[in-house]
Amino acid sequence: MPVLQAKRDAAVARMAVLPVVPTSGWTALARAAAAERLSVMGMPGRRDEYWKYTDPTSLSQVDVRSAAVLQSDESPVFGDIDRLKIVFVDGVFDASASDDLALAGIEIERLETAASEDAHWASALFGVLEAKGQSPVERPLAALNTATVADGILIRVTGKVEKPVSLIYVHSADNSDAVLHHVVRLEEEAELTLLENGPAAARFNMVLEVDVADRARFSHIRAQGRDHERRAATHIFARLATESQFKSFTVTVNGVLTRNECVIELTGDNASAHVAGAALGDGDFHHDDTVFITHDSVNCESRQVFKKVLRNGAKGVFQGKILVKADAQKTDGYQISQALLLDDDAQFLAKPELEIYADDVACSHGSTTGAIDENALFYLRSRGVPLADAQDMMILSFLEDAIAEIEDASLADDIRGRLEGWLTRRRV
Amino acid sequence: MLEIKNLHVKLQDEDKQILKGVDLVVEPGTVHAIMGPNGSGKSTTSYVLSGRNGYEVTEGGATLDGKDLLEMDPEERAAAGLFLAFQYPVEIPGVGNMTFLRTAVNAQRKARGEEELSAAAFLKEVRAKAKALKIDADMLKRPVNVGFSGGEKKRNEILQMAMLEPKMCILDETDSGLDVDAMKLVAEGVNALRDGKRSFLVITHYQRLLDHIKPDVVHIMANGRIVKSGGPELALEVEENGYADILAEFA
Ligand SMILES: Nc1ncnc2c1ncn2[C@@H]1O[C@H](COP(=O)(O)OP(=O)(O)OP(=O)(O)O)[C@@H](O)[C@H]1O
Ligand SMILES: [Mg+2]
Repeated sequence: MPVLQAKRDAAVARMAVLPVVPTSGWTALARAAAAERLSVMGMPGRRDEYWKYTDPTSLSQVDVRSAAVLQSDESPVFGDIDRLKIVFVDGVFDASASDDLALAGIEIERLETAASEDAHWASALFGVLEAKGQSPVERPLAALNTATVADGILIRVTGKVEKPVSLIYVHSADNSDAVLHHVVRLEEEAELTLLENGPAAARFNMVLEVDVADRARFSHIRAQGRDHERRAATHIFARLATESQFKSFTVTVNGVLTRNECVIELTGDNASAHVAGAALGDGDFHHDDTVFITHDSVNCESRQVFKKVLRNGAKGVFQGKILVKADAQKTDGYQISQALLLDDDAQFLAKPELEIYADDVACSHGSTTGAIDENALFYLRSRGVPLADAQDMMILSFLEDAIAEIEDASLADDIRGRLEGWLTRRRV
Repeated sequence: MLEIKNLHVKLQDEDKQILKGVDLVVEPGTVHAIMGPNGSGKSTTSYVLSGRNGYEVTEGGATLDGKDLLEMDPEERAAAGLFLAFQYPVEIPGVGNMTFLRTAVNAQRKARGEEELSAAAFLKEVRAKAKALKIDADMLKRPVNVGFSGGEKKRNEILQMAMLEPKMCILDETDSGLDVDAMKLVAEGVNALRDGKRSFLVITHYQRLLDHIKPDVVHIMANGRIVKSGGPELALEVEENGYADILAEFA
């Protein structure tokens, strides 16, 4: 099988150029297992079904394509939010720019420091949720991450955390190649809001493993970097126990290539998972949301809301799957992916999938692609709203269903501000 | 003053002539009514005046206070004082009614070089005007026209008109879908705006609305033209005999 061999060779070559990782300590076994997984499956290839709409080459090849660091006078993302800041520069933890990693109800450690210990709570999760997420679909870039990652954050939440933990990814060198891996464990009834923002590097490979115990609530808001040439492959692997709640929202504005995968397993009854995204692309922009939600318990709810606004050659991809296992009765699954194409050059490719083995479920999915509604536009203009403002109103209203997935009003407003900023910058 | 001269309009994408020489002058402070069979071109006239896409003016023109309407963008026409209450008001999910109204009011003020209305002043005004039209606070919060009943949509059009205070108001079948009480409310809303300077062009199929909004002139449109004009008695004649007799004169 020459194709597979080439993919395997590519994996070996890729791992060879990444930093040498610890061969002792509690992460060593997980890393070795991930390296083994990766060497068997190989790097993603252009002909893989799962990469049909997105070319993985620049994400998986040895050489990193450089990306200029964006100089922007936009106000910092989440700047007005009281939060605990943890800063990474080109994928390396920056202690001087970060807050003290201490907060009531939460333990925060740096992966690099913790890894030298012999035993750690995170050993039950690090690379474990990722490994589980490799079936039924392979996710080689995530295995690469586990095998080679040097830095990241380990968070254990035992109570209701008073303010969000905010991961800030600074991009500093034009050809930086960053790999980060975070593990979050929410104990029973714990609550955490995790924020992420920034481009991180010219190329960024991020894995976030989240384990949500009974009745715990995890909320995640992410604003990806605006640097035009940056590339990112991110994976979220989440496992949800009984009556737990998981909510994740991502806004993506620019970036030449983004692949965001989200793999969620509902393993306890009455759990709920919401994943949403708003992506805005102009020109050389390729944005791929790939979501896989597995219902493996009774009376769980899942909801996917993805919206993309594309113009001038920008391309959007959505691959979303709901898998309902035989014992997952009373599943309530919902999925919508919509693209607003602002001109004829933009393109949206959607592959919604339902696979259902239980008989008492309510699952629905829909996907639409369209232009701004001419009738609505005329209606607004006939009331005196100038064309450009009317278009912006229509675009923001299109995105609102996704924004509505953000529970916290001030975070939602911050995100709205990013969207308005994008629209304003298109005016000049 | 609205002046329509020999207006000929065809569909842009089709070889179909819809207006075939409409002539109409609406003097300041007057109410004109247009009646006419389905498909005669009444709505088309209102759309062409307000600047909707899809039509091509092949001859003639239209001015508002001497300014060429057809040269302007829809928003410029609005700022110049033209308002169309839609036959089918458009639903806009995701845009709040209140936000929409405020954006519209301030956009027009800005275009006219006037100061924008403060949030407080706007709120006070909109509440008072909504109350008069029996539009409740909940409707103001909801997305524009989404989930509104037919009658609620029409009242919402009149609320917009009351807030925007246009010079020239075109009402396209605002009475259709209204119950008897709502029709009275709408007519009162319109009459409250009559100030001796503001003009109205009321498109309707029924004499009943004209009992409440007394027209100065009634026009009959048929096959893309105004074929007959007269006083309020013309509407009564239509109500009683239909269009057959009138159209026969021009056959
Ligand atoms: N976009 C369009 N495409 C095709 N035909 C059109 C279009 N717009 C108008 N027409 C046609 O033009 C004619 C006039 O339509 P218009 O809506 O102006 O009539 P109307 O007088 O308002 O009728 P009604 O009383 O039923 O509201 C009709 O025959 C209609 O089908
Ligand atoms: Mg009509």
